Amino acid sequence: MSVRIFVPADTAAVAMGADEIALAIELGARESGIPVEIVRNGSRGHIAIEPLVEVETAVGRVGYGPVTLADVPGLIAAGLFTAGPHAKRIGRPEETAFLRRQTRFTFSRCGLTDPLSLDDYRNHGGFAGFERALRLTPSEIIDEIDRSGLRGCGGAGFPAGLKWRTVLDADGPRKYIVCNADEGDSGTFADRMLLEGDPFTLIEGMLIAALAVGASEGFIYVRSEYPHAVQAIRRAIEIARSSGLLGETAGGRTRPFDIEVRVGAGAYVCGEETALLESLEGRRGQVRAKPPLPAHSGLWGRPTLVNNVLTFAAAPFILAEGGGAYASVGYGRSRGTMPFQLAGDIKFGGLFETPFGLSLEELIDSIGSGAATGRPIRAVQVGGPLGAYFPRSLFGTPLDYEAFAALEGLIGHGGVVVFNDTVDLLQQARFAMEFCAVESCGKCTPCRIGSTRGIELLDRIAAGARNAENIDLLSDLCDTMKVGSLCALGGLTPYPVLSALTHFAEDFSATRESGSTS
Amino acid sequence: MPSSAKPWDAIRAQDIIASHAGYQGALLPLLQAIQIEFACVPEQVVPLVAKALNLSRAEIHGVLTFYPDFKRSAPVGPVIRLCVAEACQARGGRQVQARLEAVLGCKIDGSVNSMGVALEAVYCLGLCASGPAAIVDGKLAARLEGVRLERLIERISA
Ligand SMILES: Cc1cc2nc3c(=O)[nH]c(=O)nc-3n(C[C@H](O)[C@H](O)[C@H](O)COP(=O)(O)O)c2cc1C
Ligand code: SF4
Ligand code: FES
Repeated sequence: MSVRIFVPADTAAVAMGADEIALAIELGARESGIPVEIVRNGSRGHIAIEPLVEVETAVGRVGYGPVTLADVPGLIAAGLFTAGPHAKRIGRPEETAFLRRQTRFTFSRCGLTDPLSLDDYRNHGGFAGFERALRLTPSEIIDEIDRSGLRGCGGAGFPAGLKWRTVLDADGPRKYIVCNADEGDSGTFADRMLLEGDPFTLIEGMLIAALAVGASEGFIYVRSEYPHAVQAIRRAIEIARSSGLLGETAGGRTRPFDIEVRVGAGAYVCGEETALLESLEGRRGQVRAKPPLPAHSGLWGRPTLVNNVLTFAAAPFILAEGGGAYASVGYGRSRGTMPFQLAGDIKFGGLFETPFGLSLEELIDSIGSGAATGRPIRAVQVGGPLGAYFPRSLFGTPLDYEAFAALEGLIGHGGVVVFNDTVDLLQQARFAMEFCAVESCGKCTPCRIGSTRGIELLDRIAAGARNAENIDLLSDLCDTMKVGSLCALGGLTPYPVLSALTHFAEDFSATRESGSTS
Repeated sequence: MPSSAKPWDAIRAQDIIASHAGYQGALLPLLQAIQIEFACVPEQVVPLVAKALNLSRAEIHGVLTFYPDFKRSAPVGPVIRLCVAEACQARGGRQVQARLEAVLGCKIDGSVNSMGVALEAVYCLGLCASGPAAIVDGKLAARLEGVRLERLIERISA
């Protein structure tokens, strides 16, 4: 029997040389005359130890990481294939604090299985949710989603069941489901990890949703910055199609259902659902006014269900285990788990799926173990480029939609970006305005022009010119952007700007030490 | 990639157009396929696409200018796409940018230096826990600090 070795094909591992490492291990095994099977799994999400090479033994998988190409000969000499001792041997990965402390509902398989093996998927509980859904009526499926309390993971946290029911109730012979995999928020990579590491979970989630709302066609819109994810989900779809799970027979349903992958073209605003639909239809990604809601009139005017990757991917667990099991964990009105993404200057970063309610402090100081640089942590931005910056005094805030909204912030897609004490919050506020100016779709003046005015004001404040007056102007500008913008790009860019101004006022004072950069 | 980019070929372009014309919402996938073939969307293709999809040329230009991915001319040399977004900033991305701009002698606005190397900004590559991150001629690079950054600089300034 050959030895099974796992070398992730996840982008984060590949960017650190995982492809070359896999090849070197294969060659090394051949030279040593040891038959090996190399599995290109997804990432377990503990990025500090990527590339994580694992070897299967009688007592479970043993990991080595972070492995470099130069480590490979030494690893093989140390007895990699029999899980021999080595400085980079970390034991069983699931026993590391970072992984042990997680509650994995959505990411239960990611990193464990071969992402493109349907057998592996089934052996790890895959399709149990879909099989149950096949025995339920559409309305009963949605009851289960309602019971789970699942809220959209793309940013807005809208109740998923309510949206599904709106699409179910919409009239029309033809309905679409659209998976939003545009994941443009800095500090987020959970969609990417799932697409690369466990794509069948997304396919199963979309199959369940299609049954529930009565859709015959699905699209997945993936950003072009994710070429590996595009390739992985396309392959998984082909495999699902050739085994009858997609296509005319669609896993034993009476109605056909198929999925097509479309790739974005570098515009952040295409993550906004109506801009995404415009883009799918082949136009500029400009935001549409609502109403009509996409649920009533979306893609090509048909009722359309738009959800984030993680929202669809939560459905298999909910159907298999019951909405109650999902809702049994969480905090307040934020039920279930959220795959948070810990990034920036953090020692142990990566994907951390946990029930809502954990505090920022626990996530950063305890789980993340502080800054990678060892410097004091000064600020954390939660929820991507439209999310607020929080100072240490607010790190006790529980990760919960309502708690963050009350502080003029957001959970968004679950990105948590950690900054050390060298950060200049004025420069971060400027960056927020700059990002808005670059990515604006151009429809609303406060967003398109206001963001450029914001950059100018911040530059003047940085130069120490009439600070009090310019800060007032900046606050007014933010108010105008909040009320005068059609979508959250213009409407929420004030969050990072105002939070920087409120919580880090010293960086905006006339006596600021200029020139400090992160 | 400049090395694999093919010169303009009207017959090849027509083939690509024909194989996409049946799609719903064909314009983006079609322009992307053209760009994969020619490393850019050549001006000559615009009227052909307009005819095939029954769109005006203005509509196509509108789409080409809206999406940053579309290039109007093929890159002449290596392209470095450095992530300039927040999580990479928090890991020293601004210093990496300054370093690359100094070494290459060009700004991060897509401009090309005297050796034909282009430096472009990209907003997040999903490598936010292992930044600073970049794509160098199609190949991903993470943890661009210390030796890893120096090696990259050696490679691109060689
Ligand atoms: C500027 C902007 C960018 C967005 N980007 C994304 C994105 O990349 N992915 C995503 O799922 N939702 C994104 N959204 C939210 C979507 O508009 C929409 O709410 C979401 O796809 C709905 O799915 P959900 O209910 O499952 O969250 C964005 C919104 C705005 C305003
Ligand atoms: S707020 Fe900005 S991005 Fe949103 S619709 Fe208006 S102009 Fe477009
Ligand atoms: S912010 Fe740089 S890769 Fe995500």
